[in-house]
Amino acid sequence: MNNQIKHPKGDRVLLLTNNILLTIIVLAIVGPLLYVFLSSFLEPNAIIRKGLSLNASDWSLEGYTRLFTDDTIVRGFINSLLYSTGFTIVTVLVCLFAGYTLSVDGLVGKKVFMVFFLFTMFFGGGLIPTYFVIRDLGMLNTIWAIILPGAVNVWFIILARTYFKAVPNELKEAARIDGASDLKIFFKIILPLSKPIIFVLALYAFIGQWNAYFDAMMYLDDRELHPLQLVLRSILIQNEVQPGMVADVEARNELMRISEMIRYSSIVIASLPLLIMYPFFQKYFEKGVMVGSLK
Amino acid sequence: MEELVKAEQTIPVSKPAAPTKLSKNLTYIKKNYILYLLIAPAVILTIIFKYIPIYGATIAFKDFSPIRGITGSEWVGFKHFISFLTSPNFIEILMNTIKLSSFELLIGFPIPIILALMLNQLRKSSVKKNIQLALYAPHFISVVVVSGMVFLFLSPVGPINALLSTFLDKPISFMSDPDYFRSIYIWSGVWQGAGWASIVYVAALANVDPQLHEAATLDGASLLQRIWHIDLPTLKPVMAVLFILAAGGIMGIGFEKAYLLQTPMNSPSSEIIATYVYKRGLLAGDYSFATAVGLFNAVVNVILLGVVNQVVKKLNEGEGLV
Repeated sequence: MNNQIKHPKGDRVLLLTNNILLTIIVLAIVGPLLYVFLSSFLEPNAIIRKGLSLNASDWSLEGYTRLFTDDTIVRGFINSLLYSTGFTIVTVLVCLFAGYTLSVDGLVGKKVFMVFFLFTMFFGGGLIPTYFVIRDLGMLNTIWAIILPGAVNVWFIILARTYFKAVPNELKEAARIDGASDLKIFFKIILPLSKPIIFVLALYAFIGQWNAYFDAMMYLDDRELHPLQLVLRSILIQNEVQPGMVADVEARNELMRISEMIRYSSIVIASLPLLIMYPFFQKYFEKGVMVGSLK
Repeated sequence: MEELVKAEQTIPVSKPAAPTKLSKNLTYIKKNYILYLLIAPAVILTIIFKYIPIYGATIAFKDFSPIRGITGSEWVGFKHFISFLTSPNFIEILMNTIKLSSFELLIGFPIPIILALMLNQLRKSSVKKNIQLALYAPHFISVVVVSGMVFLFLSPVGPINALLSTFLDKPISFMSDPDYFRSIYIWSGVWQGAGWASIVYVAALANVDPQLHEAATLDGASLLQRIWHIDLPTLKPVMAVLFILAAGGIMGIGFEKAYLLQTPMNSPSSEIIATYVYKRGLLAGDYSFATAVGLFNAVVNVILLGVVNQVVKKLNEGEGLV
């Protein structure tokens, strides 16, 4: 920023400290991730006890092969893919539509709508009344319980509105003079211009749903319907390694060792796709945070 | 066409008395009904999944019976609230909630700001980019996986205890000791979220005019002085908004991670209102009582948000959230 200026000595010491601290922070963030990744191929705690072994015989894919002997994790993957895709389509459409309406200048009732939506951000009926509504609608153990209750995201609506507001009015006026209807203007002119915001919202929606477990835990009893995160929860938190994965193991010590490896590999399987993909989308995520912070 | 004709006809009639606001609004809505159709799905879904449950929350004042339903159940006034407020666990659960979230705020709020100020000192933008990439990564891992990692790392046979074994004779059971719960919850949260939370601040700092820093340096200002007098004031508005939201959400602390990290042994410090509502309501079927507890929480939350907003407004020269 200001390379030309010579910094006082105190500042240089401070900057050096800053660099050292940042290095430590980065190591503290990346270290655990790397540890999990390596441990999924090694015996539990092997790195701590023996250091990182370069001996090929210490490495094994057993955690992974066992993870896939049982179809729960594959099914969880497929379910999560289905829920996340469905949720993304619905929530992005609903919020884009609402955001567009709220972006129109002079809309009658705009204030009422805003209060109507914003209110729900600060006050709600709570867990049990919401559960009752979903139960009474017959949505328990259906995909709708995952897709619909969270589809209206007030923050998404505000993001979309902010984006649409920046679209020049002349564009709409010109189309109107040419005889285009409001609907036509929205679909033929506004939407094609809105690819970036659609992309941002879709990414947020997809990842949010992919990583969520709470709604599924509340509304889906049927294990066949469980998304990946609930499968992971039973493996990682409830210590229920699926019986199918360890059916042939008898000795207790062996069972513990293998269960531990399965845990590490399940973390890798579940997290690696997003961790590999997100750097490519990083600028869109940042954009989303930025637009959202402007009120 | 028809609408146009109608509109023209009304002009002479309404000339003596200006058209009322209502009729003007009605013609607007008629003419732009498409806009209202577009917003309709969001409105309907919000009514069904947000407003109807608010009506449903009236069971907090009733003895809910599944046979009679929400409307038919008998009114009992504040019975469930009183029974919660006078129950032996009330103080413990309330204090757990307040402690967990205020410590989280105290630690979790300043760290992203400090991180942003630190990142801002990096000259090479390529280095900065790569560091940011690493700092954001944990944000994309699910809360289930982060909690799973916590269990793996801190288990009596896990790597942390393996490392500590040189100094200790027996492993520490981190997850079954109530004393460790809050630290584990908060620091795993910092690990996962601080980098991501710093984005807003990093962006705000990027808007600072470099000439300000140059001029200050020429005048002999040290780095710390420049951070204090130039960088921090830039961040103040963002800080105010985020602080109100965070402080207002103290009672609304998330259920998801607390529930995952909870074990029967650490519940003396990990049982918070949200987890209590879930267990008493959905697991034990104590619907009315659990709804009352949830409602109590929600009301306190709204009040808190209002108070914090007012306080920050006072301190921040009239600039609050609303």
